Amino acid sequence: MPTTRSGTAIEAVNLGKTYGRGEKAVRALNGVSFAVPTGVVFGLLGPNGAGKSTAVRILSTLSKPDSGTATVAGFDVRRDPARARRAIGYVSQKPAFDPMATGRENLVLSGRVYGLSRRDARERARELLTRFGLGDAADRLAGKWSGGMQRKLDVAMGLVHRPRVLFLDEPTTGLDPEARAGLWAEIDRLAADDGLTVLLTTHYLEEADRLAARLVIVDAGRVVAEGSPEQLKNELHGDSVQVELAAGDAGDARHRARHAVGAVPGVADVTVDGGVLRARVGNGAAALPGVLAALDAAGVVPTAITMARPSLDDVYLRHAGRAFREADRTEGVLV
Amino acid sequence: MTTFATHTGLLTLRSLRTLSRQPAYLLFTLVQPMVWLLLFGQLFSKVAELPGFGVDSYLEYLTPGVIVMTAMMSAGWSGTTFVDDAERGVLDRNVTSPLSRGSLVTGSLVHQGIVTVIQSLIVFGVGLLAGARYAGGVTGVLAVLVCTVLLAVVFAALSDALALLTRQREALIGVSQFLTLPLAFLSSVMMAPALLPGWVADVARFNPVDWAAVASREALTADPDWGVVAWRAGLLLALAALLGWLATRAFRSYQRSI
Repeated sequence: MPTTRSGTAIEAVNLGKTYGRGEKAVRALNGVSFAVPTGVVFGLLGPNGAGKSTAVRILSTLSKPDSGTATVAGFDVRRDPARARRAIGYVSQKPAFDPMATGRENLVLSGRVYGLSRRDARERARELLTRFGLGDAADRLAGKWSGGMQRKLDVAMGLVHRPRVLFLDEPTTGLDPEARAGLWAEIDRLAADDGLTVLLTTHYLEEADRLAARLVIVDAGRVVAEGSPEQLKNELHGDSVQVELAAGDAGDARHRARHAVGAVPGVADVTVDGGVLRARVGNGAAALPGVLAALDAAGVVPTAITMARPSLDDVYLRHAGRAFREADRTEGVLV
Repeated sequence: MTTFATHTGLLTLRSLRTLSRQPAYLLFTLVQPMVWLLLFGQLFSKVAELPGFGVDSYLEYLTPGVIVMTAMMSAGWSGTTFVDDAERGVLDRNVTSPLSRGSLVTGSLVHQGIVTVIQSLIVFGVGLLAGARYAGGVTGVLAVLVCTVLLAVVFAALSDALALLTRQREALIGVSQFLTLPLAFLSSVMMAPALLPGWVADVARFNPVDWAAVASREALTADPDWGVVAWRAGLLLALAALLGWLATRAFRSYQRSI
């Protein structure tokens, strides 16, 4: 039974999945549940290895869960995968276009696979090429395109059959900042103009914050937080303070700084990570003089102090109990 | 069924388009047969004079064998497409689409069949230029193409199955190194059946390469014994069907593994 415009586009209930057996078994999903309302961009945020891709693979009918159920666009992905497939578009982490075919040929073949006539497939390909600004390169081999254009082609191929739900698995990984911004603009438009439901996995906190109307944070195979980015940040109450300590300061100075700042009234959750001290304060402007005085009294000279509204990084830290950058095992991915 | 046929057609055309953009690839697969035909054939031309060999021209004897060998060796690499597609996201995307599952394997086999016809005709042509004559005429040549395509399907299906099960190029290198050349020598491709050592003749009876070679040579004689051809072609067809089915099973196993 397909969902209505205002219904639930994706529902995952208690999904579990283990890869391998015996000692080598890896529990990729450990009872993940969430619901995605129709017509929004929904973020699945977490570090590498958290289970995001596994969840998307199950929801897109690629793999089967060991336990739990999932419906996409009203179709049970286990019992009715054939109908679910017609309702979804899947854009995998890895490029999925044929590099030896032109952009247009890739799109036409996709359309034909979904049952469009040759004429309709060509028309739809033309539409998508124009929409994604790929018209000029359309008849060159896709393998020779830039990374950003190739990624857009992957997304366009996922849209050929006008799906109701689009899965984007790490869509901007490996793109340069300009190409990333371009793709973000396209993803924004998908939900706004087409009423499409987009499930986006990402390990870029900034990306989830920028694109997702709602999100779940996944860590080690389970959902640790759920809500809109604003809600999640508001739950933290107050602002976050970051103090950069002088590079020369040894562990001892960091230790003193941590204790001194922790003793200031209204300051909570003090952590020191490398040369950076982070803390939560109720009201940043009011607490700042006290923090500075405490550092001064402890004999620690900060090189910089920044104050910010809480970020999803802070949300992650709070719920997963560790900083996102530590949890993420790939180098240089933190925004 | 119509979806299956349409999708098989679409995938076959995709592969042929790729091939047409890399014609050098087809030429590479023809280097070896030229060596066999023009160098090996010349070097061993006196073999035909051995008592009991039973033909006048070694080149004429060798040509159908080289055609069969070329088909087998080239088809052994068929699975490369699946390894590449699995490494990229192509296979995953295909699996999340309504693409007919069977058509992925059939598309690959049909493509390999077409490539085999092109390769075979080229080798036939070179043999002709070098002086070989095909007494069986057009009918004989067509029969050779049928047997050769069936043999190509056997090896392409084997290669596809291994590619889907292992997703390693090394497995396919294994097929070409450990299987194809020994199978060519354990057959009557290069030496008349009557002169094969006893144990090789025994092994050859179970060797699909020999089935294809015997049937092809028979079909090219002036007065073929069609029973000999049909029997071997039937065996090849049965084996091709079996391995085609196995490749489809391998695809299911790939799906379960992801």
